Amino acid sequence: MFVLKLIIRNAFRHKLRTGLTILGVAVAIMAFGLLRTLISAWYQGVESASASRLITRNAISLTFTLPISYGEKIRSVPGVRKVSYANWFGGIYISEKNFFANFAIDARNYLDLYPEFVIPPEQKDAFLTDRKGCVIGQSLSERFGWKLGDPVTLRGTIYPGQWSFTVRAIYQGAEKSTDESQFFFHWDYLNEVMKKTSPGRADMVGVFVESIEDADRAAEVGRSIDELFRNSLAETMTETEKAFQMSFVAMTGAIVAAIQIVSYVVIVIIMVVAANTMAMTARERIPEYATMKTLGFGARYIAGAIFGESITISLVGGLLGVALSFPAGTWIEHSLKQFFPAFAISTPTIVLDLVASVIVGTVAALFPAWRGTTINVADGLRRIG
Amino acid sequence: MAIPLSYSFRNLWTRRLTTVLTASGMALVVFVFAATLMLAEGLQKTLVQTGSPDNVVVVRKSAGSEVQSTIDRNLAAIVETQPEIAVGRDGNRLAAKELVVLISLIKRGTEEAANVVIRGIGNQSLALRPQVRLVEGRMPRPGSSEIIAGESVARRFQGGGMGETVRFGMRDWTVVGIFEAGATAYSSEIWGDAEQLMQAFRRPVYSSMLFRLRDRSAFDGVKSRIESDPRLMMEAKVETSYYREQSEMMATFLRILGITLTVIFSLGAMIGAMITMYAAVAHRTPEVGTLRALGFSRRSILLAFLLESILLGLAGGFAGLFFASFMQLITISTMNWQTFSELAFSFTLNGNIILQSLLFAVVMGFVGGILPAFRAARMNIVEALRTT
Repeated sequence: MFVLKLIIRNAFRHKLRTGLTILGVAVAIMAFGLLRTLISAWYQGVESASASRLITRNAISLTFTLPISYGEKIRSVPGVRKVSYANWFGGIYISEKNFFANFAIDARNYLDLYPEFVIPPEQKDAFLTDRKGCVIGQSLSERFGWKLGDPVTLRGTIYPGQWSFTVRAIYQGAEKSTDESQFFFHWDYLNEVMKKTSPGRADMVGVFVESIEDADRAAEVGRSIDELFRNSLAETMTETEKAFQMSFVAMTGAIVAAIQIVSYVVIVIIMVVAANTMAMTARERIPEYATMKTLGFGARYIAGAIFGESITISLVGGLLGVALSFPAGTWIEHSLKQFFPAFAISTPTIVLDLVASVIVGTVAALFPAWRGTTINVADGLRRIG
Repeated sequence: MAIPLSYSFRNLWTRRLTTVLTASGMALVVFVFAATLMLAEGLQKTLVQTGSPDNVVVVRKSAGSEVQSTIDRNLAAIVETQPEIAVGRDGNRLAAKELVVLISLIKRGTEEAANVVIRGIGNQSLALRPQVRLVEGRMPRPGSSEIIAGESVARRFQGGGMGETVRFGMRDWTVVGIFEAGATAYSSEIWGDAEQLMQAFRRPVYSSMLFRLRDRSAFDGVKSRIESDPRLMMEAKVETSYYREQSEMMATFLRILGITLTVIFSLGAMIGAMITMYAAVAHRTPEVGTLRALGFSRRSILLAFLLESILLGLAGGFAGLFFASFMQLITISTMNWQTFSELAFSFTLNGNIILQSLLFAVVMGFVGGILPAFRAARMNIVEALRTT
């Protein structure tokens, strides 16, 4: 009990210094937590992707398309339950700044394959019956204030021209991690226009999506699909949706790695600041430690008091940082909506925050504790402040 | 009368451990600050150097990049006849009709695939890009399945090296040459004969056209003629601005990320400086009293402590820059979101970044030191002298 009292009294002896250190630790822990969350947001597409859906694309690269006739052949592969298709449309709403993902989809089957997009049945019917209709995500509708029945015009970058749509349905994600910022419209509409304007590009599909009966056999089914089209004009490459999403993340891997490194740098910075505080504190208290030693307190006792003080300070800072990271996270979620669909601070991140602050406290106390315990009593008493 | 600079300097020197700890906190912040700016600069430099102000890129209207663009053969022929196009030494027009597509290749030593730009070139393509130089082997023969690879591709991708083969479009393509293009995006490309590549990809259209102007001032004329021609539906851009647009989103992202991070980090470092300076002031209370008694004004005491803190910041700034300058040895490759293609670039340090980083360090020192310095300056002489 006495030790605890000593630790707390000591920790708040220099109110200004302790307050500043706590503030510093809080800011650093908050930054650390937010960076970890940023990294997991980066991987969110991968996490929300299903392992039981396969994506088939042109083996050359994603920019090449596949003939629609492949769909029937893929359907006949054993293990494939349902086949649908989609094209990356790459349309732009007014200016490049308003980026969001938009796809031309095989309306009926595609939405069946993605049960995580929850659409009220009457809106779904309205979309299916309107050839120029579109389905948008909840967050997209909030971002641009689009309501049911609103007209939306996109400028095509891959498919030239102005394309007009009517919002017929708004989907909500079944889970928090579902991307609610996508835009879907009828592939038939796209294809009709392409038939008129550039027939060479009609009846072509960007990717086929397949649901399979048994997720454990995904690799096998994928291989037999690719086998079908080997040595054809358009060879295919089939992988699980997870692997497909992962390949995008891997391409920006260098940036993720940099953010990861930086998230540790902030911990090192605050470690240095905290170590400095503790070093100064210990230097001032050398005579005190010598006095305690004279009174018969052991080295372990003194070290415990120093570690306790340091960890108390950093843990208070850490808790404050965790508390601060929630409002900050909400703010980021609002301002970076177009980049990251969700920005939620997870429990593992909070645990990691607290572990980091304990480590900061421990490391900061190492040197002062060593000084305090090895001090020669006579030298310590002789020294002045 | 001012207190000599050496007073501030020596004070830092006596408390070496604390000085080193505080300065290294600041050094880390400056390091992150400089490194992110260097990254954005490197990216932009790579893409801007790729273009030449004399060249004009023509792509289909509202296609953001060459990869998205298509140009029919007959329309390409119209563009080729524009009178503003310069004539080369051999008497041919300096214009190239090119095919640009992405193929995915596997990185050496991994399973990871990345998108690489493959460019189908014409006779004039090399002449239009003086920064591209063949360092090994020879140019691909027209009409053959031969390709040449940029240095960065040759080093990092399977099948990209000299004499190796890459398989796509039902053919094996042999690498017969390696080219070097300095710090430009071309280093991350593969080049081959446009006609052959069109055959292989079953894509009978060009992607973009590149031509050299007779005279830079003729650009506006040729731009408005191309863009107003209803048959063409194309847009013309000076090559440098085309490439700047390609890097804008990424560079802005890096800058915003970097600056947000460093502002947060610098809070930590400034608090560190503040703690150190408050302690320094508290330690030297009698000293400050003595100085005041000797006749130094409040202002010179304020200045002396502020200077001490700024010196601390500068020490951190120099240390941070010193380590950041080593980052120039590192090359980063990542996907450019605007083109979906892989691009290699390195951290680039320039005078502007050095200046900004040092200024940042000074500001950190100033903000960290101003409150403690005020406390020192406002001390009462008698009370200060009495404290032991």
